[in-house]
Amino acid sequence: MNEQILIIIPAYNEEKNIRNVIKSIKDFNADYKCLVINDGSRDNTQHEAESNGLATVIELPSNLGIGGAVQTGFKYALYENFDYAIQFDGDGQHLANEIPAILAALQNDKADVCIGSRFVEKTFGFQSTFMRRIGIRIFSLMNLLLIRRKITDSTSGFRAYNKEAIEFLAANYPTDYPEPETVILLGKNDFRICEVPVEMVERQGGESSISGLKSAHYMIKVILAMLMTAQRQKIRRIPIC
Amino acid sequence: MLANLLEYLLANRVQVFSIIGSLLLFLFILKLVKRKKLKEEYSLLWLAFGTIFIVLSIFKPLLEIVASIIGIVYAPAALLLILVISVFFILIQFSIVISKLAEGNKNLIQEVGILKAEIKKLQQSFKDRKTE
Repeated sequence: MNEQILIIIPAYNEEKNIRNVIKSIKDFNADYKCLVINDGSRDNTQHEAESNGLATVIELPSNLGIGGAVQTGFKYALYENFDYAIQFDGDGQHLANEIPAILAALQNDKADVCIGSRFVEKTFGFQSTFMRRIGIRIFSLMNLLLIRRKITDSTSGFRAYNKEAIEFLAANYPTDYPEPETVILLGKNDFRICEVPVEMVERQGGESSISGLKSAHYMIKVILAMLMTAQRQKIRRIPIC
Repeated sequence: MLANLLEYLLANRVQVFSIIGSLLLFLFILKLVKRKKLKEEYSLLWLAFGTIFIVLSIFKPLLEIVASIIGIVYAPAALLLILVISVFFILIQFSIVISKLAEGNKNLIQEVGILKAEIKKLQQSFKDRKTE
C-alpha cells in the first residue's frame, strides 16, 4: 500500500500566500494531501485556500495560536490514519522540493521526527536576523543541557513526524510558541529526533508572528516552558500494534 | 444585665461587625450553591475560609494566640494577614480553573473545526452523487 502523507499548513491571515503554497506542494507531488488549518483568520484566507480545490481546509471557529492549529492537524492525521505528517508554514518560507529530504529519515526508520534546519550545514538562502540567530543558539544550548541532543534549529517549523509521533502530539502539544518546547517534549519522551539541512526563503508576504518587543516575552516564555517540560515526568505511551 | 451586654457589644463593635460580616459571607456562599450559581467544588474554599473567619471573630482570644504565634503584636493585623492569604488561595484556584477551561476549550475548537470540514466533504460528495 502507498504511504499516506499529510502536509499540515497552519495559516493565520495568509490570504496573499496560501494559494501559492498549496499549489507549490501539489505541483511538486500530487500524492501529498494538503490540510490547511485556518486559525480563525480575519482576512480572506478561508476562501483563498479553498479556491483551487487542492486542499482540505479546516476553519477553526476562533483563534488558537500556531500550536493549537498544528495540533488540529495531528488530530486529523490520527483520525484519518496518515503514515506521515509534515508541518509546513503557510507563509511561503518553506520549499516543497525539500519535503523528501526531511521525510527520508522517517521512511528508513532512522528517526521518529525530522527537523528541517537552516544551521546544520551552512546552507544558502534565508538565515534569519542576527538577534534571532542568538536566540536560536540559546535554544540549541538548552537542548544539549536538557535532553543531551544536538538540535541546532529549534524554531524551525518545517518538520516531519511518523505515526507514533503523530499519535503522541495529537494528545500532547504546547499552545503558544510550540517549536522549541516540542523538541524538549519529544526528546524527554524518547523519540528519535534528527535534523537535515534545508533551505528556506524569506517570507513572501504577511507578517511574522514574533517581532519587536514581543521577542523578549517570547524568549522568557519559551525558556520557562522548556525548563518545565524537562522537569515533567515521561508521558506513558501505549504502543501502536 | 441587659445594659451590661449592650455596653459590652458597644465597646466591641469591631467584633460584632466581623461576626455579622463573616456569617453573611458564609450564608451568601451557601445560597449561591443552593441556587446552583456556584458549583459545590468551587464553594469549598470559600466556605472553609468563611468558617475560619466566624470562629476567629467569635473567640477573640484565639486570634490573639494565632497572632502571638506568628509574632504579630497587633492582633487584628493577623486577621488581615489571614484574609490576604485566603484571597491568594482562591485566586490561585481561579487560575487553575481557567487553565483547565482553556484546555477544554482548545480541544472543543479543534474538534469542531475537524467536524465542520468533515461535514462539508460529506455534503459535497452527496451533492455530486445527486447530480450524477
